[in-house]
Amino acid sequence: MKRSFGTLLLLAVLLVFPWVLKDAYYQHLMILVLMWVAIGSGWNLISGYTGQVLFGAASFFGIGAYTAALLLHKLEISAWWGLPLGGVAAVLLAFPFGWICFRLRGPYFALATLALNEILRNIATVWESLTEGMVGLLVMQTFVSKIPYYYIALGLAVLSIVLVDVVMKSRWGYYFVSIREDQDAAESLGIDTRYFKMVSLCLSALLIGLAGGLYTNYMGFIDPKVVFSLHDISIMAILVGIVGGVGTVYGPAIGAFIMVAVQEVFRTGGFGLLPALGKTTGWPFMTTLSKYVSEAHVLSFGILVIAVILYLPNGIVGDWSSIRRALIFWRRKAA
Amino acid sequence: MEVFLQTLVAGILKGGLYALIGLGMTLIMGVMGIINLAHGQLMMVAMYVTFVLFHYLGIDPYTSLLISMPSLFLLGVLIQKYLLNPLMKVESILPENQVLMTVGIGMVLTEIARFIFTSNYLSVKTSYSSAAIFVGGISFSVALTIAFIFACTLTGILFWFLIKTDLGRSIRAVSQDGEAAQLMGINAERIKVVTMGIGSALVAAAGTLLLPIYYLFPDIGGPFTRRAFVITILGGLGSTVGAIFGGLTLGLAEAFSSTYMGMEFEDMIGLVIFVLVLLFLPGGLKSLTKV
Repeated sequence: MKRSFGTLLLLAVLLVFPWVLKDAYYQHLMILVLMWVAIGSGWNLISGYTGQVLFGAASFFGIGAYTAALLLHKLEISAWWGLPLGGVAAVLLAFPFGWICFRLRGPYFALATLALNEILRNIATVWESLTEGMVGLLVMQTFVSKIPYYYIALGLAVLSIVLVDVVMKSRWGYYFVSIREDQDAAESLGIDTRYFKMVSLCLSALLIGLAGGLYTNYMGFIDPKVVFSLHDISIMAILVGIVGGVGTVYGPAIGAFIMVAVQEVFRTGGFGLLPALGKTTGWPFMTTLSKYVSEAHVLSFGILVIAVILYLPNGIVGDWSSIRRALIFWRRKAA
Repeated sequence: MEVFLQTLVAGILKGGLYALIGLGMTLIMGVMGIINLAHGQLMMVAMYVTFVLFHYLGIDPYTSLLISMPSLFLLGVLIQKYLLNPLMKVESILPENQVLMTVGIGMVLTEIARFIFTSNYLSVKTSYSSAAIFVGGISFSVALTIAFIFACTLTGILFWFLIKTDLGRSIRAVSQDGEAAQLMGINAERIKVVTMGIGSALVAAAGTLLLPIYYLFPDIGGPFTRRAFVITILGGLGSTVGAIFGGLTLGLAEAFSSTYMGMEFEDMIGLVIFVLVLLFLPGGLKSLTKV
């Protein structure tokens, strides 16, 4: 009861958020966070719960994004149809991929998804008659205000959290976890592991593809380097999942919030703090420092991957009990 | 016919270098059971080491093998000792942590290189970079031929090491059955450290040998990691003989696709091979020969 009260409160805060904080920049960041909640939840379903680590979330994301853009460019259908159809297209990709690659286990499956990511990026780059290659595709934004996008993104995030919650409380959820824990044991208990891995992958692909469709509509521009990016989408999705908490419902939400914040801190040099300091003090040192910091965002991702895996392998939600113990211990020491 | 033969020669010469890259990867794969996704990035580091030695000290790339290989050996040892081995003791839900860790290491290496050298393309121009000898109308690039000879020699030395020396036997033992090897008194953790070092040194050799005929920028690691990965899958996981044939196959496939299909397919052919192998020959070339 207490838990559902907290969830409702959080939802209420999120609903009034854009009317309280009218700054477009923060609204933009919140839209990104909500989009990443959907991607992180999708990743978490196949990787965190089912144990089949997805290294190529960008393949589903990119397919969703390109579906939306190509519907407009080739068929002159509103790109908003690309939001649901992007999810469908991602599932249509996940199906044959899973059929071929679920014969692989563990790290090899992970690498196959990585290869899929690279194949799709190459295709999108080379097939210029369809995708315009590196030039990219432009989609005019429908709304000037960020608020409609915000509510669509919120809807998507809520949908993904609810979907993961419902699935994981159902019979399927137990099947998924049993596959993660011991695939052979699950098989011997009569669970059709291939079928349920496929179900899990398709649900993930659906969520990630929907997020891709939203991305096209919101950002208004896509090219292969952005939507099939290994670092900015695939690794980011893994980080969102792991930082928040592998195999937890709310983990990806927390992970999305932290990772978008980290990305933004590095991109803007500490929310514009470092450049501003450089301007007021006039030290050339500060300008070079802020330049380095803004260039370091991929480096920061790499260091985060290493640090998180070593010290927080189950994420903030998953390792919460040990974090709390450490914090309490630290406080006692200080007192 | 001439075009065909020329492509064949180019493919085999390149394949020799690819075999060297794949050998390091497959050794690491066999002993640790993980794919090292920082492999190409380690090669990139070796290439920068060679570049610095050539540019600032005027040391010939082939001489700098004596420096780049030991330094990369050290880097590999440090990575294994302080980043990958401690990971065994970390309890986590996902078993793929180590693979993910190598991705992180690769990103860090690439970005550090970008910090120091910026994203500009660099190259090492030696007197023999564009020289060629002609044998019966077919041109052999001098640098590539020398690289091929070096690669064959190193492969020979590696096989001698694995078959004849004590340390080599220990490596093979751990790769066949880690637990049994430990029961026989082999320090598996130390073997892992050494193997990672050897794998890094091999890929460093490939990078140094490739530099006179190639260009260099921080992102060059990614494509080579991908190639190493395709070679390892193609050859059969953990099989050293398979890696040699995998490397040659990939070298030939890339050469023929870029001659007959167009340059832009050169990068893609490896991934196509990867999918085909998964579909029709999941065990790789290893499963054909049963070696």
